[in-house]
Amino acid sequence: MKRVALYGAALGFTVFAGFPFYWMLITAFKQNRDLYVGATDLSHIPWIFNDPPTLEHVKLLLWQTDFPRWVLNTLVVVVAVVVITVAVAVPAGYSLARLVGRWGERLGMGIFFTYLIPPTLLFVPFSRLVSLLGLQNSLGALILIYPTMTIPFSTWLVMGFLRSVPWDIEEQAMIDGYSRLAVILKVAPRLIVPGILTVVVFSFTLVLQEFVYALTFISSVNKMTVSLGVPIALVRGDVYHWGALMAAALFTSIPLAIIYNAFIDRFIQGFTMGAVKG
Amino acid sequence: MIARPSLADREDVLGGMMLAPALAYVILLVGVPFVFAILLGFSNATAGSLSFGWAGLDNYRAILSDPIFLRALRNSVVVTIGSQVLVVVLATAAAQVFRATFRGKSFARFVLLLPWAVPVSLAAIAWTWIFDSTFSVIKQAWRIFPFATVIVLAGLSSIPQEVVEAAIVDGAGFWRRLFRVELPLLLPVLAVAVLFGVVYTATDLGVVYILTGGGPANTTHVLPTLAFQRGILGADLGQGAAIAVFLLPFLIVVAIAMLRLAHRTEVGGAR
Repeated sequence: MKRVALYGAALGFTVFAGFPFYWMLITAFKQNRDLYVGATDLSHIPWIFNDPPTLEHVKLLLWQTDFPRWVLNTLVVVVAVVVITVAVAVPAGYSLARLVGRWGERLGMGIFFTYLIPPTLLFVPFSRLVSLLGLQNSLGALILIYPTMTIPFSTWLVMGFLRSVPWDIEEQAMIDGYSRLAVILKVAPRLIVPGILTVVVFSFTLVLQEFVYALTFISSVNKMTVSLGVPIALVRGDVYHWGALMAAALFTSIPLAIIYNAFIDRFIQGFTMGAVKG
Repeated sequence: MIARPSLADREDVLGGMMLAPALAYVILLVGVPFVFAILLGFSNATAGSLSFGWAGLDNYRAILSDPIFLRALRNSVVVTIGSQVLVVVLATAAAQVFRATFRGKSFARFVLLLPWAVPVSLAAIAWTWIFDSTFSVIKQAWRIFPFATVIVLAGLSSIPQEVVEAAIVDGAGFWRRLFRVELPLLLPVLAVAVLFGVVYTATDLGVVYILTGGGPANTTHVLPTLAFQRGILGADLGQGAAIAVFLLPFLIVVAIAMLRLAHRTEVGGAR
């Protein structure tokens, strides 16, 4: 009896979370006739394939829209933002955890809190800054602005990660005659690799998800990122190419979901540690 | 007297140098714009010109007498509170299920995390296709509860096993255990989940922008979409900033309340 309730509940949550994805999946591969007939024909069952599946929407998406271009733009922004974030946040996290002593904790807390300042508060001043720098409608604007979201959290992640790494190895290296700087350059990087990996994944997923700044700064269709282009530019006036839209959503979500699944526990550690142990 | 350590061994110098780029980025690109956003709220700046005139409380007076703003404020509050209540209930329930072992659990967990992984804008467009209407509250809850579930699960696993066992020995049933033992111990973790959920929901622009665009007739705006419409599309930077700044006290209060809750419970001997 208890088992039945457990499986029932598990099934309930899975369906609640997963149903929209099932819907995306069948929409992406249904023939148009199968998609739109339901509105007029009530005997039509919408949640199965009534006609054989088709690749027509996927082809439309890949060859007749700017989707490949958006993927490329997104990758450019992702690489740049990841590089900036790692270069800035990893040394800062190390410094806060190992070098600056007691006030490092407070400072780290302060940096973390800036993560809570919402993009919706900052986009007005940013739009001014971006136009002053002549970066309107360019990927450069996104590359400049996205690290404001990735750096605070990543610094925090690295700092927290280092607290769980014993000090012994670095201490031993110093006893062996390394200078403090040599320890940082030669010994520490190996120790932080898992932390850096987490930072990379976090920045990557954040850039893929971001919508507000992209909407504010990018106006030409060929400069858009995936998360902006799909909902804005795949809809032409009132014409929604639902099949292609859902295919695009699916292609973007699945890799992200796999990455999230692998890293979620570490993110959660980062989130909760901040407030509970801080 | 001890010899001065060489530069390569001075922890304060090295620490400062390694911290400087991050501090510079945060101060220049978060701190300064943040102050600027608050100042803009008191100005009559527009996107077209570079003039920046002091307007005092005019923007605030204007928005407070604007029915569209008041409607947006109400919508923001309703959506945020409604979705967070849903999130807490769903996440607590889901965590109870997912702490047990059952067949197919890893697949179920993968599916459970899917909503959190989809880009907001794509999830929103999928929802317009499936439900063809405005379900902001459920949509936000659907998006955030997987994340909250994992947070609660992490919290559950940190509850000492002795405490739960002691409760069982004392004859506490499932509900009693849940409400009297586990939930109080989970409060700090739940507080963190709610804090992030509130910040996330209250400041989210994508969902409403794509689901309804604020329409019909400006009835479904929330503060962020209205700020975007006035400040960016309407080029009235001052008013846009004033609307966005309106969120701030709200967020600060929530942050302080949640962090105190998290902290107090810990200090109060829960752990």
